[in-house]
Amino acid sequence: MEALLNALPGWELLPDTVQTVGVIVAQIVPILIALTLCVAYLTYAERKVIGYIQNRIGPNRVGYKGLLQPFADVLKLMLKEVVIPTNSNRFLFVIAPLLAIIPAFATWAVIPFTENFVLADINAGLLYVLALTSVGVYGVILAGWASNSKYAFLGAMRSAAQIVAYEIAMGFALVGVLMAAGSLNLSDIVRAQAGGTLMSWFWLPLLPLFVVYFISGIAETNRAPFDVAEGESEIVAGFHVEYSGMAFAVFFLAEYANMILIAALTALFFLGGWLSPFAGLPVLGDTFLAESGFFWFALKTALFLFCFLWFRATFPRYRYDQIMRLGWKVFIPVTIIWIFVLGGMVYLEIGPWAR
Amino acid sequence: MSSMTRSFFKTYFLWELLQGLRLTFRNLWVRKFTVAYPEEKTPQSPRFRGLHALRRYANGEERCIACKLCEAVCPALAITIESSTGPDGTRRTSRYDIDLFKCIYCGFCEEACPVDAIVETRIHEYHMERRGENIMSKDKLLAVGDRYEAMIAADKAADARYR
Repeated sequence: MEALLNALPGWELLPDTVQTVGVIVAQIVPILIALTLCVAYLTYAERKVIGYIQNRIGPNRVGYKGLLQPFADVLKLMLKEVVIPTNSNRFLFVIAPLLAIIPAFATWAVIPFTENFVLADINAGLLYVLALTSVGVYGVILAGWASNSKYAFLGAMRSAAQIVAYEIAMGFALVGVLMAAGSLNLSDIVRAQAGGTLMSWFWLPLLPLFVVYFISGIAETNRAPFDVAEGESEIVAGFHVEYSGMAFAVFFLAEYANMILIAALTALFFLGGWLSPFAGLPVLGDTFLAESGFFWFALKTALFLFCFLWFRATFPRYRYDQIMRLGWKVFIPVTIIWIFVLGGMVYLEIGPWAR
Repeated sequence: MSSMTRSFFKTYFLWELLQGLRLTFRNLWVRKFTVAYPEEKTPQSPRFRGLHALRRYANGEERCIACKLCEAVCPALAITIESSTGPDGTRRTSRYDIDLFKCIYCGFCEEACPVDAIVETRIHEYHMERRGENIMSKDKLLAVGDRYEAMIAADKAADARYR
């Protein structure tokens, strides 16, 4: 990307700060475009996968096998009016979708796509991720409050309580990752998992944390079976009932971007990010399968995204008090116990800590 | 192993959830039931009760003799008949209207008809664009009958064995 900018006529003449900003923007834009396209095709994949599981074939009318369906949806939503309810708080009503989508996209700054490509290789990457994913809840709460609607308000309350509850379990699970990797930098966390086949990745020694993290991630993104925040049968659509047109689409975008984010983070923390599972095998030699790279990161992320869709097609919605019980009484104790077990393993130098 | 420990392990290893996931994963590969409607259609019975038609004899004479049995049997009161004497001195309908909005497609009119004049065809893809088009007048019913006589006759012949 830098080489491309250097080829521009007059690029050398620009001041250093402008050049730096230019390089960063030139990296941000492709990531954002790729992410938006991924979101578009995730909605398509969701409809297809759930359709197939329900013995249907899903959308197949727009384009070959329905492949242009996401664009048709976006076009429809863009042409629709954004209705602002009369007694709503205009400013917050408009800003809430933005507050939902900005953290969902901003977190991608610290995600290492490959060994070398990270937008911002900061040392406190894990903290940054935790901080920004918690900010996402403000979009939901503000949307629910600014709509001045009972349904939206109830949805926002539910989702706020749920996200707060699961954030703790998620944080504890990440403490385990932190103990295992010894670093907050996401690239270093992946590097700590290198040096073997898939048995050296963190999913095995941190198995309970891996399960807890992924399930909390589903709850965090308000996806089925934890989607009481938008329970159709009870509160219509929850926090975004009053939203229409592009404002609604932005919420949708944020939800799916968050899904991709959680899937990518799970792949990084527990399945070794860009590392190849066949790295040590001599049979494969030097084919691309044995090589670490973006391919493996994308594949692992896709695997978790499929799980998101699979769970949605399989499980009925949890009752609200059961969600709270699971979060507070099951996940938090499980993670704390496993952190103690991990501490013992580190102290006694067994498992991955054996020297 | 006591039932408490068993249920503990069942809960924490998500055993029943995994069973559910296995079921849905199997269904992912099952043959799909979807029929891509305008291109593909499901098989239709010769007894299908769709749009109505009035039939004629082979020599072009109307079958209907205005006996009004269909009007009497119609549970939705969708049929209105007025009778008069035709130009050749036979008893004929001067008006035979079926309101398609009232009709419930029960097929009683067809059952009641002693001369097989009123029938319900297998046509089900029709629509109305303007108010009033829901009334099938005698002309329209006869036109449907004339146009699809071959199909109607074949359907009736296929079903005759069971009557």
